[in-house]
Amino acid sequence: MALPSYTETRYRIWHYFYLAICAFVFFFLIAPLFVIFPLSFNAEEFLVFSEGMKNLDPDAFSLRWYKDMIYGTKNPWGLAAKNSFIIAIFATIGSIILGTLAALGLSSRHMPYKGIIMATLISPMIVPLIISGVAIFFFMAKVGLAATHTGIVFAHIILGTPFVVITVTATLSGFDHSVTRAAASLGSNPVNTFMKITLPLILPGVISGGLFAFVTSFDEVVVVLFLAGLENTTIPVQMWTGLREQLSPTILAVATCLIILSTLILISAELLRRRSERLRGINR
Amino acid sequence: MSSENKILTTDGIPLEVSLKKAERKNKIKAFVLVAPLLLFLVITYIFPIGEMFTRSIDDKMITNMLPKTFKEMEKWDGKELPSEEVFAGFYYDYKALVEKQEHGKLGQRLNKEKNGFNSTTKRLFRNIKRKKIDESASIKEQMMKVHKNWGKVEYWQAIKRTAPPYTLAKYLKGMDMYYAPDGSIAQVDEDRRIHRILWLRTLEIAFFVTLFCFLMGYPIAHLLATLPMKYSNLLMICVLLPFWTSLLVRTASWMILLQQQGVVNDFFVMIGLVADDNRPEMMYNKVGTYVAMTQILLPFMVLPLYSVMKTISPSLMRAGKSLGGTPFVAFWKVYFPLTIPGIGAGCLLVFILAIGYYITPALVGGASGTLISNQIAFHMKQTLDWSFASAMGLMLLTGVLVIYWIYNKLVGVDNIKLG
Repeated sequence: MALPSYTETRYRIWHYFYLAICAFVFFFLIAPLFVIFPLSFNAEEFLVFSEGMKNLDPDAFSLRWYKDMIYGTKNPWGLAAKNSFIIAIFATIGSIILGTLAALGLSSRHMPYKGIIMATLISPMIVPLIISGVAIFFFMAKVGLAATHTGIVFAHIILGTPFVVITVTATLSGFDHSVTRAAASLGSNPVNTFMKITLPLILPGVISGGLFAFVTSFDEVVVVLFLAGLENTTIPVQMWTGLREQLSPTILAVATCLIILSTLILISAELLRRRSERLRGINR
Repeated sequence: MSSENKILTTDGIPLEVSLKKAERKNKIKAFVLVAPLLLFLVITYIFPIGEMFTRSIDDKMITNMLPKTFKEMEKWDGKELPSEEVFAGFYYDYKALVEKQEHGKLGQRLNKEKNGFNSTTKRLFRNIKRKKIDESASIKEQMMKVHKNWGKVEYWQAIKRTAPPYTLAKYLKGMDMYYAPDGSIAQVDEDRRIHRILWLRTLEIAFFVTLFCFLMGYPIAHLLATLPMKYSNLLMICVLLPFWTSLLVRTASWMILLQQQGVVNDFFVMIGLVADDNRPEMMYNKVGTYVAMTQILLPFMVLPLYSVMKTISPSLMRAGKSLGGTPFVAFWKVYFPLTIPGIGAGCLLVFILAIGYYITPALVGGASGTLISNQIAFHMKQTLDWSFASAMGLMLLTGVLVIYWIYNKLVGVDNIKLG
């Protein structure tokens, strides 16, 4: 953003000041993530940069904590990772199915009470997690699903569907309904029309909603803390316990893996968003 | 309109009727699609939240324990010592409880209402066990002999207060108030008003976090919206990567940065701001909560602002300047008012999220940085006072729903943008 040559000095100064503020904010946003990365290769047991690390001494770095994360005898990370993935995958599938169906209904112009129903469907995203946690815990305890994978999957479907509803509704807002009518007039039944025409067109929205649901489930700790027994521990629960009790660098190794995972998810989400905008004919 | 003028479909049905039928079919079709999720949410989510409400006001325990007593008490004026029938009612209720071995619970619960009840009921229990009470004689006189407290009207008033099956006591407790013996609402002593401090602190932290997010988010959203695409896409990663990264990872990194031997303190020592042996405590207090929550919630401010700013044509600012406004005036009179919808959306979203925050304050907040959510979790897990936790939760929820309603009016939930 180059300034025009006629800019007065005071605006020039103001402009650089503004850029400096922006630089600071971007640094504030992103820098904390990068502090984890080097520390996870620390050879020592403390969560501070040792003198050796500051001098870039190769002996001060090691893969010790990564080995501990994978091979550590008492380490719960293996079980936690397995649980996290199983729960997140099932929760994502459930959220996608329920959320996409609901979004299809909501985008129909015949839908009665659209406003209030939409507000209800989105509410799990707005209601503080601690309240959701208490309410879901009461329910799961009553039906005997507390401390089971099923219970946690249901809880995460509740928390994940709003994201699918929002993204799919957004995708459908630019959807040309005449294509489905065309399919119907050519003799296609509704299911076939959905699978062959609608779904491919809204797929980017469905997948990006699914990514949100996956991340929500994979990252969720408040509700799981209420629901989980020892057997259902997940990565966030383990991190929570670790951060509260003893900060071991193994957590940083796990955190580094999670940052890499979120980077991958970010890239796929961005690609999907661009594809979706292209499909909907939004050019910028 | 006469029947001849009606337009008919090929089947001979009036078009109006046929159209209505088709519309109704479409309505049902749309509703059937929404129904599974709606039903699922109502059963597993909305309904349990409603159950939190019944749990929070539930006070049936004593009502169910002393049915005869309360039936007889209906005739009692509550001023003088109750009649023989009330005494007898209580005696038989209590005797039934002794047989079921539930008398201890009653004693404890009544003791909360009035001190001294535990020993008073225990004395009665021992006399019942030893069969010392002659049921053919006046029970009132025998009970008063068992313990002098049975002869005091305050104790009977305390029992009467527990009669209604519902109570708002938990809500009063959440606001540091309680029912005084005469039934009026009283304040807790000033040095014991912990909940009001927590509510105020929650509001304060949510407000300032929203303010900081706005002050930091506005410039970068503006930069992102005005830079050419190829630069802004790159910078957008700085906003989106934290957004997609696990909350616990981000909190962990702040714990590392803010600890006393941490990077931030190292930096302060290096530039000579603080002495090495006098490193300030930046974690386990409000500072930690502010810093970490601002960074974590900042993307939720930037994204709505960005999506609004993106739609503002740069020619508007140029027009403002060409009409003689200085850049500041042009910004303030033209650009800023156009971004108000984005500001509203971002601020409300951040405020809603901040007010119910739990994980980050619990990890970096220490004692002075915890919020109302932490108190709810504490009562759910430590004291097991679930009805109190429910009451506090619903008080918080009411606040959030009011903001959500405003948000819905101003922005519309269907306009929430993600990513």
